[in-house]
Amino acid sequence: MTAKQLSIFLENRSGRLHEVTDVLGRAGINIRALSLADTSDFGILRLIVDKPDEAYRILRNSGFTVRESDVLAVEVSDQPGGLAKVLEIFRNGGINVEYMYAFVEKSGKNAIVIFRTEDISRSSNLLSEHGVSQIEGEKLYKM
Amino acid sequence: MRWEQEYLQPEELKALQIRRLKELVARVYERVPFYRRAMDERGVRPEHVKSLEDLKLLPITDKEILRQHYPFGMLAVPTSDILEIHVSSGTTGDPTVVAYTKHDIGLWSEVMARTIACAGGTKDDLIHNAYGYGLFTGGLGVHYGAIELGASVVPVSAGGTKRQIKLIQDFKPTILTCTPTYALYMAEEAREMDIDPRKTSLRIGIFGAEPWSEGMRREIEAAWDLLATDIYGLSEIIGPGVAQECPGQDGLHLWADHFLPEVLDPDSLEPVGEGEDGMLVLTTLTKEGMPLLRYATRDIVSITYEPCPHCGRTMPRISKIKGRTDDMLIIRGVNVFPSQIESVLMGIDEVQPHYQLVVTREKGLDELEVWVEVEERLFSDEVRALEALEEKIRSEIEGVLGLTVKVKLVEPKTIERSIGKAKRVIDKRRI
Repeated sequence: MTAKQLSIFLENRSGRLHEVTDVLGRAGINIRALSLADTSDFGILRLIVDKPDEAYRILRNSGFTVRESDVLAVEVSDQPGGLAKVLEIFRNGGINVEYMYAFVEKSGKNAIVIFRTEDISRSSNLLSEHGVSQIEGEKLYKM
Repeated sequence: MRWEQEYLQPEELKALQIRRLKELVARVYERVPFYRRAMDERGVRPEHVKSLEDLKLLPITDKEILRQHYPFGMLAVPTSDILEIHVSSGTTGDPTVVAYTKHDIGLWSEVMARTIACAGGTKDDLIHNAYGYGLFTGGLGVHYGAIELGASVVPVSAGGTKRQIKLIQDFKPTILTCTPTYALYMAEEAREMDIDPRKTSLRIGIFGAEPWSEGMRREIEAAWDLLATDIYGLSEIIGPGVAQECPGQDGLHLWADHFLPEVLDPDSLEPVGEGEDGMLVLTTLTKEGMPLLRYATRDIVSITYEPCPHCGRTMPRISKIKGRTDDMLIIRGVNVFPSQIESVLMGIDEVQPHYQLVVTREKGLDELEVWVEVEERLFSDEVRALEALEEKIRSEIEGVLGLTVKVKLVEPKTIERSIGKAKRVIDKRRI
């Protein structure tokens, strides 16, 4: 059970972040969650959007280097120790987390954490075995 | 010391050149298969060369031809007659080889002694020689010339700047030989060590192996309080010692009794007029090991045959190098061709990404940045993978060039394109 994430290569130049969001905004695409990883030279913007395939096409046509990748969206109870519980499952399963970022659901009861791991399908199975619920892409995009 | 041949009247010089040219053409026709074939194809026999105007009958030699005959295919003597071998930085694949006989080492010593003397050096000078010793001809060329002149030489070679400055302080040399950028860098280092470079014993600088401007000359002269002169040479011809400025700093006196110059339109290969820009083409009149007919240097210069108003030498004078006919860059004395970077990038990703070379000069030292557009094929959404890509490109380019570079990943379409073709080189150096 995975979701689609878009990653965009950005040089560290003023205004680039605005340009990406502006292109998406004009196309009526809503950003659900985002995270930015950066080095001194460049950054990688990671996005969960409501219409990933359309967003991919639009960004590409606008000249951005963009890539679609599969991530896990995990519901974590919004209380102390909630995230640690999930990470413990990964640790015990010997799975490395490449990166992760979180956002809070509108209803406010749960946090949603996006995980990118070395082995997405094994990670997903492992979470299911431990009764951790994951959110399917289609549902995530509409949240 | 005075070499009378530098003051020959034009007719005398021409007579000497034509005599040497005839002898040379007969020799390479007999001994170098490439020249025999190229002349036969043109229907030219050695006896057809009767005057300097007949030069145009002879084939042009370029770096590609030298590379095709790597390593010893262009030799006019048995390899057992060779005393010393140098190589010039190559583009892709094989470098070009230059081989010297005992006679050639003598010739090199002579033209370099004349070069140092032309700059104002004498047997009483102590030369701090910071050109690299090794396969690069700069270090050894100056060395041989200093010995021939009877001057003293400190073979310090390139690098180890703090030690260089200490030796300058302790030995009190009067002549500094190095690349112009290194002269500026050393001055900066000296100041950081609380040593005033203007107060050192140096009085003359012989700077070359890379292009530099009049502005840079004034900067070096102010930094060191010395007379900065320009030297020209290239390995394929002899190494340093082809041409040199006198203290008048009014063009480089080209030792035309040994190296016969032509200045040609790079496209039509027809001669351009005196004072007009064109490609310098040189014929090695007296070299024995690897003599070359009409070697295309790819350097753009103008030439004048007027005697020098400052020193009275009658040798033709060439301008400072005004550019290149190819897009070769010289960075810290190393020849860099965009094609070398291309081959590395092709090896990393089968399709060649758009790239650009950006050259800057920081604290007097040249820096080469390689910008590579990150297209989808190269893109990973993990920082680690992109950094690994940067590192891979960097280390492979360094392996090919022997030069540290900085690699920067940039967004597609960042690199300026002119009529669909990317501009490969941005040179921001003030030269």
